[in-house]
Amino acid sequence: MNNDTWETVIGLEIHAQLATKSKIFSASATAYGAPPNAQANLVDLGYPGVLPVLNQAAVTMAVKFGLAIAAQVTPLSVFARKNYFYPDLPKGYQISQYELPIVAKGHMDIVLEDGATKRIGITRAHLEEDAGKSMHEGLGAFSGIDLNRAGTPLLEIVSEPDMRSAHEAVAYMKKIHTLVRYLEICDGNMQEGSFRCDANVSVRRKGADKLGTRAEIKNINSFRFVEKAIHYEVARQIDIIESGGKVLQETRLYDPDKGETRSMRSKEEANDYRYFPDPDLLPVAVDAAFIAGVRATLPELPDEKAARFAQAFALSAYDAGVLTASRELGDYFEAVVREIPQDPKLAANWVMGELAAALNRDGIDIGASKLAAGRVAGLLKRIADGTISGKIAKEVFEAMWASGADADSVIAEKGLKQISDPAAIEKAIDEVFAKSPGQLADYRAGKDKLFGFFVGQVMKATGGKANPGQLNELLKKKLAG
Amino acid sequence: MKPEQIAAIAHLARLSMDEAELPRYQESLARILSFVGDLEQAQTQDVSPMSHPLPGLVQRLRADAVTETDAHELYQANAPQVAASLYLVPKVIE
Amino acid sequence: MSLHTKSLAQLADGLRAHEFSSVELTRALLERIETHQPQLNALISVTGPSAMQAAAVADGVLARGGGGPLTGIPLVHKDIFCTEGVRTTCASRMLDNFVAPYDATVVAKLKAEGMVMLGKANMDEFAMGSSNETSYYGPVRNPWNHKLVPGGSSGGSAAVVAARLAPFASATDTGGSIRQPAALCGVTGFKPTYGRVSRYGMIAFASSLDQGGTLTVSAADAALILRAMAGFDPRDSTSVEHAVPDYVAGLDQPLTGLKIGLLKEFFEKGLEPDNERCVRAALAVYEKLGAKLIEVSLPNLGLSVPAYYVVAPAECSSNLARFDGVRFGHRAKDPKDLLDLYKRSRGEGFGAEVKRRIMTGTYVLSAGYYDAFYIKAQKVRRLIANEFERAFGQVDVLMGPTTPTAAFELGSKTADPITMYLNDIYTIGANLAGLPAMSIPCGFTQNLPLGLQIIGRHFAEERLLSVAHAYQRETDWHTRVPPGYE
Repeated sequence: MNNDTWETVIGLEIHAQLATKSKIFSASATAYGAPPNAQANLVDLGYPGVLPVLNQAAVTMAVKFGLAIAAQVTPLSVFARKNYFYPDLPKGYQISQYELPIVAKGHMDIVLEDGATKRIGITRAHLEEDAGKSMHEGLGAFSGIDLNRAGTPLLEIVSEPDMRSAHEAVAYMKKIHTLVRYLEICDGNMQEGSFRCDANVSVRRKGADKLGTRAEIKNINSFRFVEKAIHYEVARQIDIIESGGKVLQETRLYDPDKGETRSMRSKEEANDYRYFPDPDLLPVAVDAAFIAGVRATLPELPDEKAARFAQAFALSAYDAGVLTASRELGDYFEAVVREIPQDPKLAANWVMGELAAALNRDGIDIGASKLAAGRVAGLLKRIADGTISGKIAKEVFEAMWASGADADSVIAEKGLKQISDPAAIEKAIDEVFAKSPGQLADYRAGKDKLFGFFVGQVMKATGGKANPGQLNELLKKKLAG
Repeated sequence: MKPEQIAAIAHLARLSMDEAELPRYQESLARILSFVGDLEQAQTQDVSPMSHPLPGLVQRLRADAVTETDAHELYQANAPQVAASLYLVPKVIE
Repeated sequence: MSLHTKSLAQLADGLRAHEFSSVELTRALLERIETHQPQLNALISVTGPSAMQAAAVADGVLARGGGGPLTGIPLVHKDIFCTEGVRTTCASRMLDNFVAPYDATVVAKLKAEGMVMLGKANMDEFAMGSSNETSYYGPVRNPWNHKLVPGGSSGGSAAVVAARLAPFASATDTGGSIRQPAALCGVTGFKPTYGRVSRYGMIAFASSLDQGGTLTVSAADAALILRAMAGFDPRDSTSVEHAVPDYVAGLDQPLTGLKIGLLKEFFEKGLEPDNERCVRAALAVYEKLGAKLIEVSLPNLGLSVPAYYVVAPAECSSNLARFDGVRFGHRAKDPKDLLDLYKRSRGEGFGAEVKRRIMTGTYVLSAGYYDAFYIKAQKVRRLIANEFERAFGQVDVLMGPTTPTAAFELGSKTADPITMYLNDIYTIGANLAGLPAMSIPCGFTQNLPLGLQIIGRHFAEERLLSVAHAYQRETDWHTRVPPGYE
């Protein structure tokens, strides 16, 4: 594949399940994991005679999102029926929004690998209801339908086809993921299906102004898969075109086990959805007072927080971005810095480094961190005041993580205090010199590389506790004679 | 109206339609569509479509509260085929 | 005077005075139903045992001096209203085995008043029809002449009241389905303003046109029922938060100064001479009572039937998509795959007229036709609604015939759908505009009843009822009982 000939064009459609207590059109619970059909009432089941009534919280959350992406909020938006037959769609239509979505044009800025910013346009965001779930295993010649999920509110966020690489797509997707969690309108749990992504991917020759035929890859539920799916799809499409074929406009599913996308047989035939305004629902009015009310509840947004961190703590844009990936992480970091304000960089390195690694290893979120911000700050203070070296601190951290103890207890218990007394260090140096006369002679004869040997030996003799800075200084002096 | 069009509409609407029935529906649909074709003559340039008969009304919002409880046994009493509380359909391959 | 010819007010008085009990009344009406059902086929289900139980409970309440004006009074519900624990079929094979797990709001409200349900009335399948000939359970016959249709889609409800099998039957009106059978059966039919009566539990045909209403002998009876039936329902988003006036208290408003609009378009070709005669005689009564007759014109009214036959099928094609054999209703035997399940369940479950309308609706909403048909029809709808509004700037009510003809023979109009659709030519406009409208008996042609239609402004139910009541105090057309049913 020659990157100079081909351009990739990507648009993402993200479905975020809104974190309301009840469903969008009925008063059933939305909680995940209930027994099959325990949370499907008459309205959710599409029983004869039932009618939808709109959940206020869904509207509030949609408006919140619209304000956060600097979009126009539509004063009168309309629900429309999207008509098609599928077992997980009980009414035979999905209540969605078509011509008049509640949120109109907005944008989201992403930071690229090289640190540059790119603005991704968001065409619209609209409210709709989720469908149920089908089980295909263990029921013999049947599929089983669970309608608990039917009627859960979704915010469908449609981007402009502004992304030009899988990397940009993932950056955008992560940004939206961060935002909806900041706003507390979606828990972002991709395993449970609260945050789903469809990618529209096409290729065209560089310089062409017409868009190529696009394929839609559905229901990708992790950042990694988005990246892989796009890479595979782009290669597939280029391959087709270069072999003289035509890319089909179709819906495809990403298969993570095989690492490929394949055509969805059941949705291949073009569906005529026959959209029309739902006569059971009236236009949704959102006035200036409502918007002002919602605006007042907006938290500090991720970009605002990142900018503030970068400025206040002299962090790079990239680091600020990482530290504000979630509201909880940002709050945690700030709590650490509050206790060690003289060295925010140290705090940043440790939160992004050791702490992140430990969280990753244990498969938990910052919210479930085994150590509170204060504890970590306590450890960093001991680095700052020279009690322990950075290297030893890592050992202390691991012990703290395992037991929950504070830094001072671990340091005392394991006797890990740094040796900073020059006399003690000199004594250790002298002992090493005595044990290694040959190397001493070689060094003094010109083998500079042996400096590291002596450092290592003194460290070994002091159990790693010699203050590295002081050791360096004193060693240099003594080697010089 | 051509037979293929009738067949296509019947398919979209998921209605079985055998060869014998097709001509009857073809005829009546053609008749109905010609009848409603009279709408064409109306002067509607300055008028917007009316989805609701009462003007100026907007959607009422419901408080976000769960008031429904699990009544699936009652509801599934009407279901043609259920297993393990799931509604059954012939297996779908996705 | 026998129990079955008493008015609702007379029944309420009699029950309260302990002249008879609800149990006696209920038993008497159940016997009448049993006697006349073979001829009329007006009911799909008869709920005898539960009716007797409810009557006994009502009697208990009345004995303690409790209850209200409707306590212990029997009714029949059109089989389009969900009734908890009772079969609700919409006269369709699709719901032949469907037992509703909940009460429609209308049903619950009247139950709370202590009314006693005798059974479910026959109707055109899924409310689609003007003659009650499309029911899966066979046609209903007109009590005035058993060879003739009672009208539709609420044919069963109208026949029940005309034959004095119950003093009230609930019904629905989407394009005239209360008013037209009322006219053909010689009873009073009332369709409220759109949004006045809750649609929750009223199985949907065309959501923006459907409205629940009443079939009774008189306007005074309708007022009693409507007072209990109407009102805001938080479960129906199209239900309006308008206070319900005391329609009964408002019945005796004087008529002087009433401006009655006569729609030029209603008195044009197609109106039978006897029909016109009866209607004009009724108008003369109104003039005598002090009303003024003013000619008005709604130039686009002629397009109301075509507009309706785009909008209603479109909405119904979507509303009926939920009938798929999966969660309730008819399911085809041994489906070989999902597509077969859908197609055969729906193909077998629905009758021809329903399928015709689903197909029409699917077509007018489909890509390439949506603008030309659906959008166009909704624009014409607004034209018509605007014209009604302009007319109501000059007059208080509109009057004219309800139907083009009196009752016709079974099978005489079923060959061509359009012929059948044109039965609604006078009634459809009020549905498109969401206006309240009613039909009251105003005379006979060849021993068959004819109706006078009265249309009012939005939420002018009180006015309509008092205007109708004034006429019914001066005339006795509404008291005539079909021969054999006295």
